[in-house]
Amino acid sequence: MSGGGRPAAVAARDLCVGYQGETVVAGIGLRLEPGQVLALVGSNGSGKTTLLKTVAGLLAPISGSLEVLGGKPLASPGRVAYLGQFHPSSFMLPLRARDVVRMARFAAHGLFGRMTREDERAVVEAMTVMGVLDLAQAPLNALSGGQRQRVFLAQAFAREADLILLDEPAANLDGAARGIYRRFLRELTAAGRSVIVATHDIEEAAECDWTMLLAHRVVAYGPSAEILRQDALLATFGMVGRYQEGRIVIVEREHGHEGCDGDHHD
Amino acid sequence: MILDSLVAPFANNAFMLNALLAGILVSIACGIVGTFVVLRGLAFIGDALAHGVLPGVALAMLLGLPGMLGAAAGALGMIFGIGFITRKSNLSADTAIGLLFVGMLALGVAIVSRSHAFSGDLVRILFGEILGIRGSELAMQLAATLAIAATAAVCYRPFLLLCFSPEQAEVSGFPPRRYHAIMLVMIALTVVVSFRTVGTLLVFGMLLAPAASASLFSRKITTMVLSASGIGALSVYLGLLASYHGNIAAGAAITLAASIIFFLLLTARQLLPAPAPHRHGSHGAAA
Repeated sequence: MSGGGRPAAVAARDLCVGYQGETVVAGIGLRLEPGQVLALVGSNGSGKTTLLKTVAGLLAPISGSLEVLGGKPLASPGRVAYLGQFHPSSFMLPLRARDVVRMARFAAHGLFGRMTREDERAVVEAMTVMGVLDLAQAPLNALSGGQRQRVFLAQAFAREADLILLDEPAANLDGAARGIYRRFLRELTAAGRSVIVATHDIEEAAECDWTMLLAHRVVAYGPSAEILRQDALLATFGMVGRYQEGRIVIVEREHGHEGCDGDHHD
Repeated sequence: MILDSLVAPFANNAFMLNALLAGILVSIACGIVGTFVVLRGLAFIGDALAHGVLPGVALAMLLGLPGMLGAAAGALGMIFGIGFITRKSNLSADTAIGLLFVGMLALGVAIVSRSHAFSGDLVRILFGEILGIRGSELAMQLAATLAIAATAAVCYRPFLLLCFSPEQAEVSGFPPRRYHAIMLVMIALTVVVSFRTVGTLLVFGMLLAPAASASLFSRKITTMVLSASGIGALSVYLGLLASYHGNIAAGAAITLAASIIFFLLLTARQLLPAPAPHRHGSHGAAA
Protein backbone atom coordinates (compact mmCIF):
# COMPACT_ATOMS: atom_id res chain seq x y z
CA MET A 1 0.00 0.00 0.00
CA SER A 2 1.07 3.63 -0.14
CA GLY A 3 3.97 4.72 2.02
CA GLY A 4 5.89 7.91 2.80
CA GLY A 5 4.44 11.43 2.78
CA ARG A 6 1.55 11.98 5.17
CA PRO A 7 1.22 9.33 7.85
CA ALA A 8 -1.79 7.02 7.58
CA ALA A 9 -4.82 7.98 9.68
CA VAL A 10 -4.70 4.50 11.19
CA ALA A 11 -2.11 1.80 10.65
CA ALA A 12 -2.29 -1.54 12.45
CA ARG A 13 -0.12 -4.63 12.08
CA ASP A 14 -0.91 -7.99 13.65
CA LEU A 15 -3.07 -6.14 16.17
CA CYS A 16 -4.83 -8.12 18.88
CA VAL A 17 -7.70 -6.35 20.67
CA GLY A 18 -9.75 -7.33 23.70
CA TYR A 19 -10.75 -6.57 27.28
CA GLN A 20 -8.58 -7.18 30.34
CA GLY A 21 -6.16 -9.46 28.54
CA GLU A 22 -8.93 -11.53 26.91
CA THR A 23 -8.68 -11.52 23.14
CA VAL A 24 -11.77 -10.56 21.15
CA VAL A 25 -10.17 -10.26 17.70
CA ALA A 26 -6.56 -11.13 16.78
CA GLY A 27 -4.46 -10.66 13.66
CA ILE A 28 -5.89 -7.33 12.54
CA GLY A 29 -3.95 -5.55 9.83
CA LEU A 30 -5.27 -2.35 8.33
CA ARG A 31 -4.18 0.92 6.83
CA LEU A 32 -6.55 3.85 6.45
CA GLU A 33 -5.33 6.83 4.45
CA PRO A 34 -6.49 10.43 4.99
CA GLY A 35 -9.81 11.04 3.25
CA GLN A 36 -10.99 7.44 3.40
CA VAL A 37 -13.83 5.69 5.19
CA LEU A 38 -13.62 2.21 6.68
CA ALA A 39 -16.74 0.31 7.73
CA LEU A 40 -16.49 -2.30 10.49
CA VAL A 41 -19.30 -4.76 9.85
CA GLY A 42 -20.40 -7.59 12.10
CA SER A 43 -23.14 -8.70 14.46
CA ASN A 44 -23.31 -7.80 18.16
CA GLY A 45 -20.26 -9.00 20.05
CA SER A 46 -18.22 -9.52 16.88
CA GLY A 47 -15.46 -7.11 17.98
CA LYS A 48 -16.44 -3.90 16.13
CA THR A 49 -16.74 -1.81 19.29
CA THR A 50 -13.60 -3.36 20.80
CA LEU A 51 -11.54 -2.42 17.74
CA LEU A 52 -13.04 1.07 17.61
CA LYS A 53 -12.31 1.65 21.32
CA THR A 54 -8.75 0.44 20.86
CA VAL A 55 -8.18 2.91 18.02
CA ALA A 56 -9.75 5.64 20.18
CA GLY A 57 -7.30 4.78 22.98
CA LEU A 58 -9.99 3.65 25.41
CA LEU A 59 -8.61 0.10 25.43
CA ALA A 60 -4.95 -0.84 25.31
CA PRO A 61 -3.97 -3.22 22.48
CA ILE A 62 -3.22 -6.71 23.79
CA SER A 63 -0.40 -7.12 21.26
CA GLY A 64 0.74 -5.95 17.86
CA SER A 65 1.32 -2.43 16.64
CA LEU A 66 -1.18 0.39 16.24
CA GLU A 67 -0.50 3.91 15.04
CA VAL A 68 -3.14 6.63 15.01
CA LEU A 69 -2.32 9.79 13.02
CA GLY A 70 1.34 8.82 13.12
CA GLY A 71 1.50 8.44 16.91
CA LYS A 72 0.13 6.40 19.76
CA PRO A 73 -3.65 6.32 20.29
CA LEU A 74 -4.73 9.28 22.51
CA ALA A 75 -1.53 11.17 21.64
CA SER A 76 -3.47 14.00 19.97
CA PRO A 77 -6.95 14.19 21.54
CA GLY A 78 -7.93 17.32 19.61
CA ARG A 79 -7.52 15.48 16.29
CA VAL A 80 -9.62 12.39 17.03
CA ALA A 81 -13.38 12.38 17.64
CA TYR A 82 -15.19 9.37 19.06
CA LEU A 83 -18.91 8.71 19.40
CA GLY A 84 -19.73 5.63 21.46
CA GLN A 85 -23.00 3.75 21.54
CA PHE A 86 -24.35 4.51 24.99
CA HIS A 87 -24.75 7.65 27.01
CA PRO A 88 -26.64 6.20 29.95
CA SER A 89 -26.09 9.10 32.33
CA SER A 90 -26.72 11.88 29.87
CA PHE A 91 -30.48 11.78 30.38
CA MET A 92 -30.58 13.52 33.72
CA LEU A 93 -27.76 15.98 33.17
CA PRO A 94 -28.76 19.63 33.36
CA LEU A 95 -27.32 20.45 29.95
CA ARG A 96 -28.67 22.16 26.89
CA ALA A 97 -28.06 20.67 23.45
CA ARG A 98 -25.57 23.44 22.76
CA ASP A 99 -23.55 22.68 25.93
CA VAL A 100 -23.18 19.07 24.80
CA VAL A 101 -21.82 20.10 21.40
CA ARG A 102 -19.48 22.69 22.97
CA MET A 103 -17.81 19.92 25.00
CA ALA A 104 -16.27 18.74 21.73
CA ARG A 105 -14.01 21.78 21.78
CA PHE A 106 -12.55 21.15 25.27
CA ALA A 107 -10.00 18.70 23.85
CA ALA A 108 -8.26 21.45 21.92
CA HIS A 109 -8.01 23.79 24.92
CA GLY A 110 -7.22 21.63 27.96
CA LEU A 111 -8.05 23.01 31.40
CA PHE A 112 -7.23 26.66 30.90
CA GLY A 113 -7.36 27.55 27.19
CA ARG A 114 -10.04 30.09 26.36
CA MET A 115 -12.87 29.19 24.01
CA THR A 116 -12.73 31.44 20.95
CA ARG A 117 -15.02 32.61 18.16
CA GLU A 118 -13.58 29.80 16.09
CA ASP A 119 -15.01 27.32 18.61
CA GLU A 120 -18.43 28.95 18.48
CA ARG A 121 -18.35 28.80 14.68
CA ALA A 122 -17.51 25.06 14.74
CA VAL A 123 -20.35 24.41 17.22
CA VAL A 124 -22.92 26.33 15.17
CA GLU A 125 -21.74 24.72 11.94
CA ALA A 126 -21.96 21.16 13.28
CA MET A 127 -25.41 21.81 14.76
CA THR A 128 -26.56 23.32 11.48
CA VAL A 129 -25.34 20.31 9.50
CA MET A 130 -27.15 17.87 11.77
CA GLY A 131 -30.28 20.06 11.75
CA VAL A 132 -30.35 20.71 15.49
CA LEU A 133 -29.46 24.39 15.63
CA ASP A 134 -33.05 25.31 16.52
CA LEU A 135 -32.78 22.95 19.49
CA ALA A 136 -29.62 24.65 20.79
CA GLN A 137 -31.25 25.98 23.96
CA ALA A 138 -33.38 22.88 24.60
CA PRO A 139 -32.50 20.77 27.63
CA LEU A 140 -31.00 17.44 26.59
CA ASN A 141 -33.56 15.43 28.56
CA ALA A 142 -36.45 17.04 26.66
CA LEU A 143 -35.20 15.70 23.30
CA SER A 144 -36.37 12.53 21.57
CA GLY A 145 -33.93 9.65 21.04
CA GLY A 146 -33.36 10.62 17.42
CA GLN A 147 -32.84 14.29 18.24
CA ARG A 148 -30.39 13.37 20.97
CA GLN A 149 -28.42 11.14 18.58
CA ARG A 150 -28.18 14.05 16.13
CA VAL A 151 -26.86 16.27 18.93
CA PHE A 152 -24.25 13.60 19.77
CA LEU A 153 -23.25 13.41 16.08
CA ALA A 154 -22.97 17.20 16.00
CA GLN A 155 -20.67 16.88 19.02
CA ALA A 156 -18.45 14.42 17.15
CA PHE A 157 -18.34 16.67 14.07
CA ALA A 158 -17.77 19.90 16.04
CA ARG A 159 -14.34 18.69 17.06
CA GLU A 160 -13.31 19.04 13.39
CA ALA A 161 -11.03 16.08 13.91
CA ASP A 162 -8.80 14.41 11.34
CA LEU A 163 -10.03 10.98 12.40
CA ILE A 164 -13.65 10.37 13.34
CA LEU A 165 -14.66 7.11 15.03
CA LEU A 166 -18.39 6.36 15.10
CA ASP A 167 -20.05 3.37 16.76
CA GLU A 168 -23.40 2.62 15.10
CA PRO A 169 -24.14 6.32 14.64
CA ALA A 170 -27.21 5.85 12.44
CA ALA A 171 -28.98 3.39 14.73
CA ASN A 172 -31.40 5.96 16.20
CA LEU A 173 -31.80 8.17 13.14
CA ASP A 174 -34.82 8.40 10.90
CA GLY A 175 -34.44 8.19 7.12
CA ALA A 176 -34.02 11.93 6.55
CA ALA A 177 -31.39 12.33 9.26
CA ARG A 178 -29.55 9.27 7.98
CA GLY A 179 -29.32 10.88 4.55
CA ILE A 180 -27.95 14.11 6.04
CA TYR A 181 -25.41 12.20 8.08
CA ARG A 182 -24.15 10.19 5.09
CA ARG A 183 -23.89 13.25 2.85
CA PHE A 184 -21.90 15.00 5.54
CA LEU A 185 -19.50 12.04 5.85
CA ARG A 186 -18.77 12.36 2.14
CA GLU A 187 -18.07 16.09 2.56
CA LEU A 188 -15.68 15.34 5.42
CA THR A 189 -13.72 12.77 3.47
CA ALA A 190 -13.59 15.10 0.47
CA ALA A 191 -11.87 17.53 2.85
CA GLY A 192 -9.26 14.89 3.69
CA ARG A 193 -10.65 13.60 6.99
CA SER A 194 -10.81 9.88 7.75
CA VAL A 195 -13.70 7.97 9.29
CA ILE A 196 -14.11 4.53 10.83
CA VAL A 197 -17.73 3.55 11.35
CA ALA A 198 -19.05 0.41 13.05
CA THR A 199 -22.34 -0.66 11.53
CA HIS A 200 -24.82 -3.50 10.98
CA ASP A 201 -25.98 -1.79 7.84
CA ILE A 202 -24.59 -3.39 4.67
CA GLU A 203 -25.95 -0.53 2.60
CA GLU A 204 -23.98 1.98 4.67
CA ALA A 205 -20.84 -0.16 4.41
CA ALA A 206 -21.24 -0.34 0.61
CA GLU A 207 -20.80 3.46 0.47
CA CYS A 208 -17.48 3.28 2.35
CA ASP A 209 -14.08 2.87 0.67
CA TRP A 210 -13.08 -0.11 2.79
CA THR A 211 -14.94 -2.76 4.72
CA MET A 212 -13.73 -5.10 7.42
CA LEU A 213 -16.04 -7.99 8.23
CA LEU A 214 -15.66 -9.15 11.81
CA ALA A 215 -16.90 -12.24 13.62
CA HIS A 216 -14.41 -12.63 16.48
CA ARG A 217 -11.84 -12.74 13.69
CA VAL A 218 -11.22 -10.77 10.55
CA VAL A 219 -13.45 -12.57 8.07
CA ALA A 220 -12.50 -10.28 5.22
CA TYR A 221 -10.92 -6.88 4.69
CA GLY A 222 -10.58 -4.87 1.51
CA PRO A 223 -12.41 -2.50 -0.84
CA SER A 224 -16.12 -2.58 0.03
CA ALA A 225 -17.23 -3.64 -3.44
CA GLU A 226 -15.04 -6.75 -3.25
CA ILE A 227 -15.80 -7.63 0.35
CA LEU A 228 -19.56 -7.34 0.62
CA ARG A 229 -20.21 -10.67 -1.09
CA GLN A 230 -22.66 -13.30 0.01
CA ASP A 231 -20.08 -15.89 1.11
CA ALA A 232 -18.25 -13.39 3.32
CA LEU A 233 -21.49 -12.06 4.77
CA LEU A 234 -22.55 -15.63 5.49
CA ALA A 235 -19.37 -16.19 7.48
CA THR A 236 -19.88 -12.90 9.35
CA PHE A 237 -23.53 -13.09 10.28
CA GLY A 238 -24.17 -16.82 9.89
CA MET A 239 -26.92 -15.94 7.43
CA VAL A 240 -27.65 -13.76 4.44
CA GLY A 241 -30.89 -11.86 4.09
CA ARG A 242 -32.51 -10.16 1.16
CA TYR A 243 -35.09 -7.40 1.18
CA GLN A 244 -38.15 -8.73 -0.53
CA GLU A 245 -41.62 -7.16 -0.68
CA GLY A 246 -41.00 -5.13 2.46
CA ARG A 247 -39.67 -8.08 4.46
CA ILE A 248 -36.22 -9.46 5.11
CA VAL A 249 -35.97 -12.98 3.80
CA ILE A 250 -33.17 -15.26 4.90
CA VAL A 251 -31.74 -16.65 1.71
CA GLU A 252 -28.87 -18.63 3.11
CA ARG A 253 -27.86 -19.94 6.50
CA GLU A 254 -24.53 -21.26 7.74
CA HIS A 255 -24.52 -25.03 8.23
CA GLY A 256 -22.00 -26.39 10.69
CA HIS A 257 -19.04 -25.85 8.32
CA GLU A 258 -16.47 -23.13 8.95
CA GLY A 259 -18.00 -20.63 6.55
CA CYS A 260 -15.85 -18.89 4.02
CA ASP A 261 -12.51 -17.47 4.96
CA GLY A 262 -12.80 -14.55 2.58
CA ASP A 263 -9.90 -12.35 1.56
CA HIS A 264 -7.28 -10.96 3.84
CA HIS A 265 -5.86 -7.81 2.33
CA ASP A 266 -3.19 -6.40 4.60
CA MET B 1 -42.28 41.62 65.79
CA ILE B 2 -42.12 38.69 63.40
CA LEU B 3 -39.05 40.22 61.78
CA ASP B 4 -37.53 40.36 65.23
CA SER B 5 -37.86 36.64 65.78
CA LEU B 6 -36.31 36.00 62.35
CA VAL B 7 -33.27 38.24 62.81
CA ALA B 8 -32.75 38.78 66.53
CA PRO B 9 -31.47 35.28 67.36
CA PHE B 10 -28.51 35.89 65.06
CA ALA B 11 -28.02 39.57 65.87
CA ASN B 12 -28.00 39.07 69.63
CA ASN B 13 -26.07 35.82 69.97
CA ALA B 14 -22.52 35.44 68.70
CA PHE B 15 -22.82 31.64 68.78
CA MET B 16 -25.87 31.81 66.49
CA LEU B 17 -24.11 34.13 64.06
CA ASN B 18 -21.06 31.86 63.99
CA ALA B 19 -23.34 28.89 63.41
CA LEU B 20 -25.03 30.67 60.51
CA LEU B 21 -21.71 31.63 58.90
CA ALA B 22 -20.31 28.12 59.35
CA GLY B 23 -23.50 26.66 57.95
CA ILE B 24 -23.39 28.91 54.90
CA LEU B 25 -19.78 27.90 54.20
CA VAL B 26 -20.75 24.23 54.51
CA SER B 27 -23.66 24.90 52.15
CA ILE B 28 -21.42 26.39 49.49
CA ALA B 29 -18.92 23.51 49.67
CA CYS B 30 -21.75 20.97 49.67
CA GLY B 31 -23.52 22.77 46.82
CA ILE B 32 -20.46 22.48 44.59
CA VAL B 33 -19.42 18.96 45.54
CA GLY B 34 -22.99 17.68 45.96
CA THR B 35 -23.85 18.69 42.38
CA PHE B 36 -21.20 16.33 41.03
CA VAL B 37 -22.12 13.64 43.60
CA VAL B 38 -25.73 13.73 42.37
CA LEU B 39 -24.90 13.95 38.66
CA ARG B 40 -22.35 11.16 38.76
CA GLY B 41 -24.34 8.93 41.09
CA LEU B 42 -21.66 8.95 43.79
CA ALA B 43 -24.13 9.14 46.67
CA PHE B 44 -23.08 5.84 48.21
CA ILE B 45 -19.39 6.68 48.14
CA GLY B 46 -20.20 10.08 49.66
CA ASP B 47 -22.12 8.38 52.43
CA ALA B 48 -19.28 5.94 53.02
CA LEU B 49 -16.71 8.75 53.20
CA ALA B 50 -18.90 10.61 55.65
CA HIS B 51 -18.90 7.60 57.96
CA GLY B 52 -15.41 6.45 57.16
CA VAL B 53 -13.95 9.47 58.94
CA LEU B 54 -15.42 8.32 62.26
CA PRO B 55 -12.53 6.09 63.46
CA GLY B 56 -10.03 8.79 62.50
CA VAL B 57 -11.89 11.42 64.49
CA ALA B 58 -12.35 9.05 67.43
CA LEU B 59 -8.67 8.12 67.50
CA ALA B 60 -7.63 11.78 67.27
CA MET B 61 -9.90 12.60 70.22
CA LEU B 62 -8.49 9.75 72.25
CA LEU B 63 -4.93 10.94 71.53
CA GLY B 64 -5.78 14.61 72.09
CA LEU B 65 -5.09 15.58 68.46
CA PRO B 66 -7.26 17.90 66.34
CA GLY B 67 -10.38 16.08 65.11
CA MET B 68 -9.95 17.36 61.56
CA LEU B 69 -6.56 15.68 61.29
CA GLY B 70 -8.10 12.37 62.25
CA ALA B 71 -11.01 12.92 59.87
CA ALA B 72 -8.61 13.57 57.00
CA ALA B 73 -6.69 10.38 57.79
CA GLY B 74 -9.95 8.40 57.96
CA ALA B 75 -11.15 9.76 54.61
CA LEU B 76 -7.85 9.03 52.89
CA GLY B 77 -7.89 5.50 54.29
CA MET B 78 -11.38 5.06 52.93
CA ILE B 79 -10.48 6.27 49.40
CA PHE B 80 -7.42 4.01 49.21
CA GLY B 81 -9.37 1.11 50.69
CA ILE B 82 -12.13 1.33 48.07
CA GLY B 83 -9.58 1.55 45.29
CA PHE B 84 -7.62 -1.39 46.71
CA ILE B 85 -10.64 -3.71 47.06
CA THR B 86 -12.05 -2.93 43.62
CA ARG B 87 -8.65 -3.46 41.98
CA LYS B 88 -7.65 -6.62 43.85
CA SER B 89 -10.98 -8.46 43.88
CA ASN B 90 -13.74 -8.95 41.37
CA LEU B 91 -16.23 -7.32 43.69
CA SER B 92 -18.22 -4.34 42.46
CA ALA B 93 -17.47 -0.91 43.87
CA ASP B 94 -20.80 -1.07 45.77
CA THR B 95 -19.68 -4.08 47.76
CA ALA B 96 -16.23 -2.61 48.38
CA ILE B 97 -17.75 0.63 49.60
CA GLY B 98 -20.34 -1.15 51.75
CA LEU B 99 -17.72 -3.38 53.38
CA LEU B 100 -15.45 -0.49 54.30
CA PHE B 101 -18.39 1.63 55.34
CA VAL B 102 -19.59 -0.73 58.09
CA GLY B 103 -16.07 -1.77 59.00
CA MET B 104 -14.96 1.83 59.56
CA LEU B 105 -18.17 2.70 61.41
CA ALA B 106 -17.72 -0.27 63.74
CA LEU B 107 -14.06 0.60 64.27
CA GLY B 108 -15.05 4.16 65.12
CA VAL B 109 -17.65 3.08 67.66
CA ALA B 110 -15.19 0.57 69.14
CA ILE B 111 -12.57 3.30 69.61
CA VAL B 112 -15.05 5.78 71.05
CA SER B 113 -16.35 3.16 73.48
CA ARG B 114 -12.89 3.14 75.12
CA SER B 115 -13.26 6.80 76.07
CA HIS B 116 -14.94 7.91 79.29
CA ALA B 117 -17.68 10.05 77.80
CA PHE B 118 -18.73 7.50 75.22
CA SER B 119 -22.20 8.64 74.21
CA GLY B 120 -21.42 12.36 74.43
CA ASP B 121 -18.42 12.06 72.10
CA LEU B 122 -20.26 9.84 69.66
CA VAL B 123 -23.22 12.17 69.45
CA ARG B 124 -20.90 15.13 68.89
CA ILE B 125 -19.09 13.37 66.05
CA LEU B 126 -22.22 12.05 64.39
CA PHE B 127 -24.37 15.14 64.69
CA GLY B 128 -21.87 17.97 64.98
CA GLU B 129 -21.80 20.94 67.28
CA ILE B 130 -22.83 23.82 65.12
CA LEU B 131 -23.67 25.99 68.12
CA GLY B 132 -20.13 25.63 69.47
CA ILE B 133 -18.21 26.79 66.38
CA ARG B 134 -15.15 28.94 67.12
CA GLY B 135 -13.58 31.68 65.01
CA SER B 136 -10.55 29.57 64.12
CA GLU B 137 -12.80 26.84 62.81
CA LEU B 138 -14.64 29.37 60.67
CA ALA B 139 -11.34 30.45 59.12
CA MET B 140 -10.44 26.85 58.36
CA GLN B 141 -13.83 26.30 56.78
CA LEU B 142 -13.51 29.42 54.67
CA ALA B 143 -10.12 28.22 53.39
CA ALA B 144 -11.50 24.77 52.55
CA THR B 145 -14.54 26.20 50.80
CA LEU B 146 -12.33 28.48 48.71
CA ALA B 147 -10.07 25.54 47.83
CA ILE B 148 -13.08 23.46 46.76
CA ALA B 149 -14.50 26.29 44.66
CA ALA B 150 -11.13 26.90 42.99
CA THR B 151 -10.66 23.19 42.22
CA ALA B 152 -14.14 22.96 40.74
CA ALA B 153 -13.47 26.03 38.58
CA VAL B 154 -10.16 24.65 37.29
CA CYS B 155 -11.55 21.14 36.69
CA TYR B 156 -14.88 22.31 35.28
CA ARG B 157 -14.29 20.90 31.78
CA PRO B 158 -13.10 17.41 32.82
CA PHE B 159 -15.82 17.22 35.49
CA LEU B 160 -18.48 18.09 32.93
CA LEU B 161 -17.11 15.49 30.50
CA LEU B 162 -16.91 12.92 33.29
CA CYS B 163 -20.60 13.51 34.12
CA PHE B 164 -21.48 13.18 30.44
CA SER B 165 -19.36 10.12 29.70
CA PRO B 166 -16.01 8.98 31.13
CA GLU B 167 -15.10 7.79 27.61
CA GLN B 168 -15.54 11.31 26.22
CA ALA B 169 -13.32 12.63 29.03
CA GLU B 170 -10.64 10.11 28.10
CA VAL B 171 -10.67 10.79 24.36
CA SER B 172 -10.64 14.53 25.08
CA GLY B 173 -7.34 14.17 26.90
CA PHE B 174 -8.65 14.28 30.49
CA PRO B 175 -7.86 10.94 32.19
CA PRO B 176 -11.10 9.96 33.98
CA ARG B 177 -9.28 8.18 36.83
CA ARG B 178 -7.35 11.30 37.74
CA TYR B 179 -10.42 13.52 37.80
CA HIS B 180 -12.49 10.91 39.59
CA ALA B 181 -9.80 10.82 42.29
CA ILE B 182 -9.84 14.63 42.52
CA MET B 183 -13.62 14.47 42.94
CA LEU B 184 -13.27 11.94 45.77
CA VAL B 185 -10.72 14.14 47.52
CA MET B 186 -13.15 17.08 47.19
CA ILE B 187 -15.92 15.00 48.79
CA ALA B 188 -13.53 13.96 51.54
CA LEU B 189 -12.43 17.55 52.16
CA THR B 190 -16.05 18.67 52.38
CA VAL B 191 -16.82 15.95 54.90
CA VAL B 192 -13.70 16.69 56.92
CA VAL B 193 -14.31 20.41 57.30
CA SER B 194 -18.07 20.04 57.77
CA PHE B 195 -18.19 17.34 60.41
CA ARG B 196 -17.77 19.80 63.26
CA THR B 197 -20.74 21.79 61.96
CA VAL B 198 -23.35 19.23 61.01
CA GLY B 199 -21.62 15.97 61.98
CA THR B 200 -20.54 12.98 59.93
CA LEU B 201 -24.05 11.56 59.79
CA LEU B 202 -25.77 14.74 58.67
CA VAL B 203 -23.14 16.18 56.32
CA PHE B 204 -24.30 13.55 53.87
CA GLY B 205 -27.76 15.12 53.93
CA MET B 206 -26.28 18.52 53.12
CA LEU B 207 -24.26 16.98 50.30
CA LEU B 208 -27.29 15.33 48.73
CA ALA B 209 -30.54 17.14 49.54
CA PRO B 210 -29.79 20.67 48.24
CA ALA B 211 -28.15 19.34 45.04
CA ALA B 212 -31.03 16.94 44.45
CA SER B 213 -33.48 19.84 44.95
CA ALA B 214 -31.53 21.99 42.50
CA SER B 215 -31.44 19.20 39.91
CA LEU B 216 -35.24 19.27 39.77
CA PHE B 217 -35.31 22.60 37.95
CA SER B 218 -31.75 23.41 36.74
CA ARG B 219 -30.94 23.44 33.05
CA LYS B 220 -27.28 24.29 33.46
CA ILE B 221 -24.64 22.95 35.81
CA THR B 222 -23.65 26.40 37.03
CA THR B 223 -27.31 27.10 37.88
CA MET B 224 -27.42 23.81 39.74
CA VAL B 225 -24.31 24.63 41.81
CA LEU B 226 -25.57 28.12 42.68
CA SER B 227 -29.09 26.99 43.56
CA ALA B 228 -27.83 24.02 45.57
CA SER B 229 -25.65 26.39 47.61
CA GLY B 230 -28.59 28.78 48.05
CA ILE B 231 -30.99 26.03 49.09
CA GLY B 232 -28.36 24.73 51.53
CA ALA B 233 -27.91 28.17 53.05
CA LEU B 234 -31.68 28.59 53.37
CA SER B 235 -31.88 25.20 55.10
CA VAL B 236 -29.19 26.29 57.57
CA TYR B 237 -31.06 29.51 58.35
CA LEU B 238 -34.44 27.78 58.76
CA GLY B 239 -32.90 24.93 60.75
CA LEU B 240 -31.11 27.28 63.14
CA LEU B 241 -34.31 29.30 63.66
CA ALA B 242 -36.29 26.14 64.36
CA SER B 243 -33.57 25.00 66.72
CA TYR B 244 -33.53 28.35 68.55
CA HIS B 245 -37.26 28.78 68.91
CA GLY B 246 -38.29 25.14 69.18
CA ASN B 247 -35.37 23.81 71.19
CA ILE B 248 -34.51 21.14 68.57
CA ALA B 249 -31.00 19.76 67.91
CA ALA B 250 -29.51 22.22 65.39
CA GLY B 251 -27.74 19.77 63.04
CA ALA B 252 -30.86 17.62 62.73
CA ALA B 253 -33.12 20.66 62.19
CA ILE B 254 -30.89 21.87 59.32
CA THR B 255 -30.81 18.51 57.54
CA LEU B 256 -34.52 18.11 58.10
CA ALA B 257 -35.14 21.53 56.52
CA ALA B 258 -33.04 20.53 53.49
CA SER B 259 -35.01 17.29 53.06
CA ILE B 260 -38.38 19.04 53.45
CA ILE B 261 -37.39 21.59 50.78
CA PHE B 262 -36.58 18.73 48.41
CA PHE B 263 -39.97 17.08 48.90
CA LEU B 264 -41.79 20.41 48.58
CA LEU B 265 -40.03 21.14 45.27
CA LEU B 266 -40.68 17.63 44.01
CA THR B 267 -44.38 17.94 44.85
CA ALA B 268 -44.54 21.39 43.25
CA ARG B 269 -42.99 20.00 40.09
CA GLN B 270 -45.53 17.17 39.98
CA LEU B 271 -48.41 19.62 40.37
CA LEU B 272 -47.22 22.16 37.81
CA PRO B 273 -47.96 21.34 34.17
CA ALA B 274 -44.95 19.77 32.43
CA PRO B 275 -43.38 21.82 29.61
CA ALA B 276 -44.41 20.69 26.13
CA PRO B 277 -41.96 18.27 24.50
CA HIS B 278 -39.65 19.82 21.97
CA ARG B 279 -40.93 20.08 18.44
CA HIS B 280 -38.64 20.61 15.63
CA GLY B 281 -39.56 22.31 12.39
CA SER B 282 -37.08 21.27 9.73
CA HIS B 283 -37.11 17.46 9.80
CA GLY B 284 -39.93 16.55 12.15
CA ALA B 285 -39.33 14.81 15.47
CA ALA B 286 -37.45 11.56 15.07
CA ALA B 287 -38.89 8.40 16.59
